[in-house]
Amino acid sequence: MSTQDTPTKVISDFEAGLAKADSTVANFDRDDKSFIHIMRNFLRTYPTMIPALVLVISIAVFSIIAPRFFGMGALSTVLKQVTVTGFIALAQTLIILTAGIDLSVGAILVLSSLIMGNLAVMSGLPALLAVGIGVFFGALMGALNGILVARVKLPPFIVTLGTLSIFSALTLWYSKSESIRNVDIEAKAPELLWFGQSANFGGASLSLGGLTLFLLAAVLWYVLNHTAWGRHVHAIGDDPDSAMLSGIRVNSVLISVYVVAGLICGFAAWIAIGRVGSVSPIAFSTVNLASITAVVIGGTSLFGGRGSIIGSVLGAFIVGVFNTGLSLAGVDDYWQMFAAGTLVIIAVALDQWLRRASQ
Amino acid sequence: MSAVKPILQAKGLLKRYGTVVAMSGADFELYPGEILGVIGDNGAGKSTLIKALSGAVIPDHGSIELDGREVHFRGPEDARNLGIETVYQNLALSPALTIADNMFLGREWRKPGILGSVFRQMDRPRMEKFARDKLSELGLTTIQNIHQAVESLSGGQRQGVAVARAAAFGSKVVILDEPTAALGVKESRRVLELIRDVRDRGIPIILISHNMPHVFEVCDRVHIHRLGRRLCVIDPKQHSMSDAVAYMTGAKLPEGVTEAA
Repeated sequence: MSTQDTPTKVISDFEAGLAKADSTVANFDRDDKSFIHIMRNFLRTYPTMIPALVLVISIAVFSIIAPRFFGMGALSTVLKQVTVTGFIALAQTLIILTAGIDLSVGAILVLSSLIMGNLAVMSGLPALLAVGIGVFFGALMGALNGILVARVKLPPFIVTLGTLSIFSALTLWYSKSESIRNVDIEAKAPELLWFGQSANFGGASLSLGGLTLFLLAAVLWYVLNHTAWGRHVHAIGDDPDSAMLSGIRVNSVLISVYVVAGLICGFAAWIAIGRVGSVSPIAFSTVNLASITAVVIGGTSLFGGRGSIIGSVLGAFIVGVFNTGLSLAGVDDYWQMFAAGTLVIIAVALDQWLRRASQ
Repeated sequence: MSAVKPILQAKGLLKRYGTVVAMSGADFELYPGEILGVIGDNGAGKSTLIKALSGAVIPDHGSIELDGREVHFRGPEDARNLGIETVYQNLALSPALTIADNMFLGREWRKPGILGSVFRQMDRPRMEKFARDKLSELGLTTIQNIHQAVESLSGGQRQGVAVARAAAFGSKVVILDEPTAALGVKESRRVLELIRDVRDRGIPIILISHNMPHVFEVCDRVHIHRLGRRLCVIDPKQHSMSDAVAYMTGAKLPEGVTEAA
């Protein structure tokens, strides 16, 4: 530093050497040649490869244990089983990316499906109009969650825990605790069962719902990675204050995320009616936790900002493969739950290990 | 001075956080084409003043005028749309996003044609090239990969990204809150040069810093903040650094100012 009394107006001597500074972009020799390092770097660059690898390996292992498993028949069964969970997992991924959690997704699904069923079968509305109204109410329930989270500033866990009970209670009141039978739907509103139809491809029967799942996943992947809105969703989950200072309208983006999640759940209600064939107020009680399981196994961080849509679909499939595989191998049901639990813990441990490698 | 109208002006700003008074009647003027230093002791309310000017804090009382017109910022996006760009002390970057994504956060460029208008696709290649150019201008050549997530950068590199973002997009006023705090000698020098470049483009700059040599080197006027309000504005050519430190810590009163606080 120059003298204290006179204002400094010259470049200090110690900075004089800067003119000769190197200006090429830095380059280093890579010393990460060991297999572990290469794997770790590869997985860090492509985190979705983890659930993909787990899925491939588990299919291979189950094919050895239970030879009946490897074949298009069993795999298309898995797809049918995970379709609804997959849709809900897509909605859940959006919420978890913003560092939130949605415990009410299952309740939104069931209430929407009852609205569709009741309006179409009992009230005799055109089925497609009933579907539209059901999806609209799904979005409305999502909007309620979103407004409570963004405007009233309540933690998402508390908000959706509350709305889970509220929506479930409304479901029982609205349905008078009665189911809508398959025969009635077939007679009065067969359009509700559209997504249950299957197309056969050489032994595999691919349901329309399953195809739609892949389609929606692709759309969401595109939106999250290639549009500004998708970037904003990541930024908000990462650090809401920074996102606000960067000029993102955090509240409106948050509300829009919950609305889209509600919309997906409402749409999934249509898929679910097609899958099950009937509408029941007590169906899909496990889909909440199953969706969170799928998202976590798929590598999305519960702390927000990081994760992938593809991972969540793969996560749903991994759980489905384990369940089908274990039952084909003649293992009791409770071990399927055991396996799902173990998978979640391993998935998060792996995520932490990779994260440490980046520090 | 009276002939030239201030481009950004604040009068009687007041802000309380609960019972803590962060600003009590702070005034502020920034004239076109100048570099204004803002110095003050810790807790003097510099950051709150700056946040009020950048829209991140809404003052309880007082008015802010941009180009002679009164403005009410509801959030940082309002100030940004009017051309006020800010580098915050905490940098306001999203760690998991890439450098280019961060620079364009909230103002993404879209692809031309139907891809952009209907499918809303971002123009990544163009954004990345722009980011790379801006970082090179700053001399941040140690950033190897523009696709890197910001969390993999060092503190100084992150600061460089934030400064590059503000310098690239500020069209009316650029506010820099401690822009050189985490930077190396070389990068600090570049930031000071960049500050002068931006001024030479005709955009005035507010520089908040604890680094007195830097402040005295580049600033045209120095605003000294003390106890939530402006104590005085000095000309760095007429005063020494030790005077400035004495004023801001209350050891000495500037001429013609009586301690009101």
